[in-house]
Amino acid sequence: MNKFTPIIGLEVHIELSTKSKMFCGCSSDHFGKAPNTQVCPVCLGLPGALPFANKEAVTATVKFGQAFGSRINSFSKFDRKHYFYPDLPKSYQISQYDMPLCVGGAFEDKRIRRVHLEEDTGKLVHETINGEKSTLIDFNRSSVPLMEMVTEPDFHDTVSIIRFLKEAQMVARYLGISNADMEKGSMRLEANISLSTEEGIKKGELPNYKVELKNINSFKFLEKAINAEIKRQEEILTAGGTIHSETRGYDEVKQTTYSQRSKEEAKDYRYFPEPDLPPMRFTDGEIEEIKNSLPELPKDKRKRFADKYSLSNDYIEILISNPGRSSYFEEAVSLGQNWNLSAKLIADLMINKKLDLQHPEPAGLIKKVVEIIKVEYSDGSDVETAVNEVVAEESKAVKDYNNGKGEVVGFLMGMVQKKLKGKGNPSMVREKLLNKLNER
Amino acid sequence: MKNTKDIPLTIKETQEGLLKKKFSAMELVDAYLGKIDEEKDLNAYITICDDEAYKKAGEVDKLIANNSLDFSENFPLLGATIGHKDLFLTKGIRTTAASKVLNGYVPAYSATAVARMEKAGGIILGKTNCDAWAHGASGENSDFGPTKNPWNKKFVPGGSSSGSAVSVAAGLSLIATGTDTGGSIRQPANFCGVVGLKPTYGAVSRYGIIAMASSLDSVGNFGKSVADVETVFNVTKGEDGRDSTVKNAEFIKPKGKIKIGIPKEYFVEGVDKEVAESVIKVSKVFEKAGIELREISLPHTKYAISVYYIVQPAEVSSNLGRYDGIRYGNPRADFGAEAKRRIMLGTYVLSAGYYDAFYLKAQKVRSKLIGDFEAAFETVDAILAPVSPTPAFKLGEKASDPLKMYLADIFTAPANLAGIPGLSIPSGFNEGGLPLGFQLLGPRFSEPVLFELGKLYEKETDYKAILPNL
Repeated sequence: MNKFTPIIGLEVHIELSTKSKMFCGCSSDHFGKAPNTQVCPVCLGLPGALPFANKEAVTATVKFGQAFGSRINSFSKFDRKHYFYPDLPKSYQISQYDMPLCVGGAFEDKRIRRVHLEEDTGKLVHETINGEKSTLIDFNRSSVPLMEMVTEPDFHDTVSIIRFLKEAQMVARYLGISNADMEKGSMRLEANISLSTEEGIKKGELPNYKVELKNINSFKFLEKAINAEIKRQEEILTAGGTIHSETRGYDEVKQTTYSQRSKEEAKDYRYFPEPDLPPMRFTDGEIEEIKNSLPELPKDKRKRFADKYSLSNDYIEILISNPGRSSYFEEAVSLGQNWNLSAKLIADLMINKKLDLQHPEPAGLIKKVVEIIKVEYSDGSDVETAVNEVVAEESKAVKDYNNGKGEVVGFLMGMVQKKLKGKGNPSMVREKLLNKLNER
Repeated sequence: MKNTKDIPLTIKETQEGLLKKKFSAMELVDAYLGKIDEEKDLNAYITICDDEAYKKAGEVDKLIANNSLDFSENFPLLGATIGHKDLFLTKGIRTTAASKVLNGYVPAYSATAVARMEKAGGIILGKTNCDAWAHGASGENSDFGPTKNPWNKKFVPGGSSSGSAVSVAAGLSLIATGTDTGGSIRQPANFCGVVGLKPTYGAVSRYGIIAMASSLDSVGNFGKSVADVETVFNVTKGEDGRDSTVKNAEFIKPKGKIKIGIPKEYFVEGVDKEVAESVIKVSKVFEKAGIELREISLPHTKYAISVYYIVQPAEVSSNLGRYDGIRYGNPRADFGAEAKRRIMLGTYVLSAGYYDAFYLKAQKVRSKLIGDFEAAFETVDAILAPVSPTPAFKLGEKASDPLKMYLADIFTAPANLAGIPGLSIPSGFNEGGLPLGFQLLGPRFSEPVLFELGKLYEKETDYKAILPNL
């Protein structure tokens, strides 16, 4: 019995892999670097330091929005979002409030509200130093460009959420703007979850509360975390209780969510336009130019692979999930044409045999495939033996052949192949069979 | 240099003296540091940096010894002694913003303006006193004690760049830097009888200068002549790749017959009689020199202070958030009353539910003020106006009444809200022996026009800088 429908909206954060940080010249490649080695007055928020916007990050965000059909705001700006936390050195985060770079868009039936650009924060590291529990701050991540995509509350189950996230990840990789790796923290998810009744759905009303589930850091836990929260809410509502809007986290060990902050303690971020950064203006021509620079996107490749290669959807998804792998496939197919190797065979060898991992170049894979096919053919003497046996055994067919019934060759070839367990090289079998038949 | 009275009063005199070997940079620094010490009770400096000063003087002397030709083009500030407002970050030299919160803070980098002036041959002497975080119009808000007016020590020097104005006025440095967010250069220049420039917003980089209100802060300087102020402006202006509001814009140059507008809204009740008369006298000097005068109207002037005291505290509250007691060694309780007042005001006007009524509305009125100036500059090239409704007031006179103090910005804040340049120029003394002066305002990036007019005024009045008898 399912009385409730989960109503879920997503906030997806993707760290952009630009060369430098969002507002300064420090390297944005912070993963695994020694703490506080990639910092400067700007990303440390020192007195007097000023932000200087990274154009590459702005373009990357515009591309990402365009990939999902967003409208690009011709006038956009940065805003200051204020809150106090030790990993936020300026006491405000430079983000975008009411004029994000990208508005609207969708992936299939899931609508996107906006995509905006902001800066990441530093990182707190909890350690015991000389027996004392201490918290240290690493600012290497401070001011790394962070793109945030906000969806409408169009999700009702984890399957569609994972599908959506995989698409976002794939698009980011296709555009070369981020690895969007959840485990490394370059893609992070927050889900706003509430449950609607049948009546509510009919009336088209959203529930009067929402629970923000924060910092879901792996695909592995995503499903468990969201389902745990759905279950928690179901139990409360079924028992006739009410749910308060709040922020919750997921405990991976206990596999339950726990309250982090109630709505009453909700923060007033005191947004106002960032005076240190002039607003961004884009002409139609500039927006068009960026759009024209987009590579083929997953959705287009998906369609093309289905049309051109007639592969199953599963195969297509696996191949296109990695742009490098899909172009490898296409090159291999093109090379394989010389040996009549089918696209399906190549896809098979890549997906089931992982041959592409052993051969970094598609040409290497094709060479190997051709070799395998050769090796698997029975050798010449086996073929000869089989031919001799068949000619001896199938006297009727041989007689027919001698009477000018050429079509029996196919039958005889089949019989030879049967003896060879199908391992005969067709041209060799044919050649030896015809020689044998004709010498009589 | 035997007598500190022989200290040169302009960059030109300084460089001539150095090149003709009348004195060395070392001797110059000796004399200035001696004088700063003699006039300690003015409280113009928070930090003196003898070591850096002598080191730089040595470099200057070496440069002069090794160069026979005129090389001042590469070193426009060669030998010019500088006092930097203690809001300007100086690498390795304590920078406090005159607040206990930053007492002991030694920056890891220098402001763009500081670095450019040093590269141009300038010699840093120290960090000048100011109202803490540049909050104030009298210099009394400093956590390091008030600065005194060198023309009468019972009076305030104006603020917030109090120490810088006093340093130049009293001959404690040849030039000095300042920031002008609502009048913090022009008003103390006016109270101390020196020239002060508030450049166009976006002409000089704010990088490395402790922010007060980011959309209003303007980085300028003080000197004893318009020419000196112009020289420093030319050294400090231009893009640095760090302040993205700075543009290498095309400057407006003076051409044809210049017209000066006199705004009737700046000669209203409450303006000191001597102040108003002195500005009218100045207008006659321009008229005599062939400049056309016109009465103009800036109808939204009366809203300027209201707008300013919404926008400015909002940005102040945001900018001061980083001094959270975690990073700079001193607790938040060390913030003075005025900073606390502005943090609360600003936090309030930015809060959800109040933003539209205050901040957003203020920004709309700000656009009206900008519109006033734009309309005026359709018909005139520059505007002549008083800097402050009164000459310098007595120490303590307004200290207990913040609203009264805020009104001291009434004629200066509009230029900050509009982002236009303003040049404050001395024009003599009132009956009580306190300096009088005026300001010239122009369209954005019209500094060359203001300098031209300022120099014309100096020429017509045969202006000679004098030092107070201390």
